[in-house]
Amino acid sequence: MASPRIIVVGGGLAGLAAVIKIAEAGGIVDLFSIVPVKRSHSVCAQGGINAAKNLKGEGDTTDKHFDDTIYGGDFLANQTPVKAMCEAAPAIIDLLDRMGVPFNRTPEGLLDFRRFGGTLYNRTAFAGATTGQQLLYALDEQVRRYESAGLVKKYEGWEFLSAVLDSRGAARGITALDLRTMELRSFPAEAIILATGGNGALFGKSTNSVVCTGSAQSAIFQQGAYYANGEFIQVHPTCIPGEDKLRLMSESARGEGGRVWVPRTAGDKRPIKQIPDSDRFYFLEEWYPKYGNLVPRDVATRAIHKVVYELGLGLDGQPMVYLDLTHIDRATLNRKLEGILEIYEKFVGDDPRDVPMKIFPGMHYTMGGLWVDFNQMTNIPGIFAAGECEYQYHGANRLGANSLVSCIFGGFRAGPNALHYSHGLECPDGNCGDASELARQAEINGKLLKNEGTENPFRLWRELGQTMTEHATVIRYNKGLKQADEKVVELLERFKNVNLSDRSQWANTSFAFARQLKNMLELSRTITLGALLRDESRGAHYKPDFPDRNDEKFLKTTKASFTGLPEGPKFEYEEVDTQYIKPRPRRYDATK
Amino acid sequence: MANKTVTLEIKRQASPDAPAVWENFELEWRPGMNVISAMMEIAANPVTAEGKPTTPITYDSNCLEEICGSCAMRINGKARMACSALIDNLEQPIRIEPLSKFPLVRDLQVDRHVLFENLMAVKAWVPVDGTYDLGSGPRVFPQQQEANYPLSNCISCCCCMEVCPQFNEDTDFVGAATIAQVKLFNNHPTGKVFKEDRLRALAGDGGIQECGFAQNCVEACPKGIPLTDAISDVSRDVTIQKAKDFLRG
Repeated sequence: MASPRIIVVGGGLAGLAAVIKIAEAGGIVDLFSIVPVKRSHSVCAQGGINAAKNLKGEGDTTDKHFDDTIYGGDFLANQTPVKAMCEAAPAIIDLLDRMGVPFNRTPEGLLDFRRFGGTLYNRTAFAGATTGQQLLYALDEQVRRYESAGLVKKYEGWEFLSAVLDSRGAARGITALDLRTMELRSFPAEAIILATGGNGALFGKSTNSVVCTGSAQSAIFQQGAYYANGEFIQVHPTCIPGEDKLRLMSESARGEGGRVWVPRTAGDKRPIKQIPDSDRFYFLEEWYPKYGNLVPRDVATRAIHKVVYELGLGLDGQPMVYLDLTHIDRATLNRKLEGILEIYEKFVGDDPRDVPMKIFPGMHYTMGGLWVDFNQMTNIPGIFAAGECEYQYHGANRLGANSLVSCIFGGFRAGPNALHYSHGLECPDGNCGDASELARQAEINGKLLKNEGTENPFRLWRELGQTMTEHATVIRYNKGLKQADEKVVELLERFKNVNLSDRSQWANTSFAFARQLKNMLELSRTITLGALLRDESRGAHYKPDFPDRNDEKFLKTTKASFTGLPEGPKFEYEEVDTQYIKPRPRRYDATK
Repeated sequence: MANKTVTLEIKRQASPDAPAVWENFELEWRPGMNVISAMMEIAANPVTAEGKPTTPITYDSNCLEEICGSCAMRINGKARMACSALIDNLEQPIRIEPLSKFPLVRDLQVDRHVLFENLMAVKAWVPVDGTYDLGSGPRVFPQQQEANYPLSNCISCCCCMEVCPQFNEDTDFVGAATIAQVKLFNNHPTGKVFKEDRLRALAGDGGIQECGFAQNCVEACPKGIPLTDAISDVSRDVTIQKAKDFLRG
């Protein structure tokens, strides 16, 4: 029997991890990516990757990593897969090390570890402050090795449009668009794995890359896949606001001793260095003495909001606070954080070794995503998902440096499971459904290209980003969430009147973007309405009108399914697997 | 007070066979603008300075923080990343063109696939036995890590190839980026198992001998990779390899 053919969509860490496992087992993979895989968003991860290797004599264990992750996620994550991930993490680090990732080292030549948010242990392995880049390159190199052996075929510059489903509703392949020739094609496969990242673009500006639109997840969602916990969006406390995006300033800056502060007096006119410690408000250290600057991201983000908007202590009245590294010697900073310091220098113009950085929270990570079972399969047979595009490892808030490990672990599970699923599957009556799906996509494309409207898709997108950022990020009110959903509905209506200023059939980026935008709009409603329905506060989801966690009602996974009706997705709730750690109050101002 | 504006001249080409034309744009200035945000602005309002409706500009971009390597282009004559090209630091009108040494796709988008092919040709990977748990990797002292890490920072933007006088169809030169990766993998305790193969791959036509020591590459590299050092080190190793191969017959 011929080797099964698997399609992997997305060439970030999760996608490449899946490809490697499949190719290693002798499977054949078609790898689709909008950008050359080496340019995927995983390169943006900075600070490191968690694994309880306990190389610092602290008594760290995988159980403690598991507990920190569950507690950090406010008990919303299913515990079985999280436990498995934490147990697998040390061997994943070893593998990456063997693949040549230039991790920072101790004098003895062993892996060095640093501390990250939401833990009291030095558990984070790192390669300077460009760990994601280094990990992605290591996996990219291994995939290139399999590519040269003929086991992997890359389709770079192709965008996934939809799954091909047979009459039983099982995946039989995909349709995709060549972003250069604009050719629409279907590709057969016995199983597909989506590893298409987060959905930062729904918020206009975020720390995400341009390709992180959530479009692929949304397409599958509209074809019947559940989308879980969409309302859980991580806002990273320390970003550099920019005109085109919000640039991440890694948590590792605080892991290496960086301190967040504002002058105690609003409008303090003294030069920074003349403000004595006693006149500086190190609010995270004061409010959270145990964890200090390394509280989890949702906690730090809300604290910064409070300082700026409630206490009125933003720098020069602006929504900014200091992230200060100037007390650390330059050599250490260069050895451990150079990558991010260069970003600040290049994009802001100040040297953060001399001057405290000015930062503010920004949309960063999508905790929710495609619902998958413990084998990484969605509710559509044959469609698997791994990495940020699925929901299962981070609960209501992701801990720093857990994303890289969840991507690789998820990919490592999805690959072999997809292979196992796909052996010997026949299409019912020899019809895999590709012709009808191609026709459906061709019709959408034709309509869009010919549409004689007046709305510019890029401007519609800005409006979406503004409303989502205003109402569906750090602080949420039901009134605002309703407004945001109404706005999305309005934009969906206006989308019907979209006009592409470019109607050409060659490298037409407006066309590709308009298709993404439609999907972004549909997916946005899982966030607005999911958040509206969840009347409690848990992890990153915070409602001042419902400030407490409500386990009785909401210790549940949100599952949204697409209806195509004006009232939006249908929501149902699923019990969370809490068999190992009993939920307890989550408080970082005291020992847990 | 009249609003401050930004003027750009962008080279447009609808397809590889279409004629190239220059279009002018005038945008409202905003603090912190970069070339990418200017092009986003044009996409949201695709009209030239003369008031003529046009199309959004096609260009590659992704991370916008100079780590993915996508948005390399020529800005005021210099090959560089568009995301880190801050408008306030550029002389206006800002002239933007695609990289000139790679096949043009459309507008500012070019095809840089050749670099990935080169990386395959020199086996730029560590041949691990498998992904199952085989324990920890080889010990690496901090000094070695600090030497290799900069080489591993290459973002495949191809600026070093764009500015190299030897990188052209006549020589078929692989360019500095690939040579630096050969040094990186030959330095690795496991990766060096392919050292001879890599050096031989750089020994013939289009290999390291094509380098003319113009040193433009190291100047243009946005990541400050010590490319000329890598070229001299690998060049020496290639020469030694050639001598060994000659003596072995």
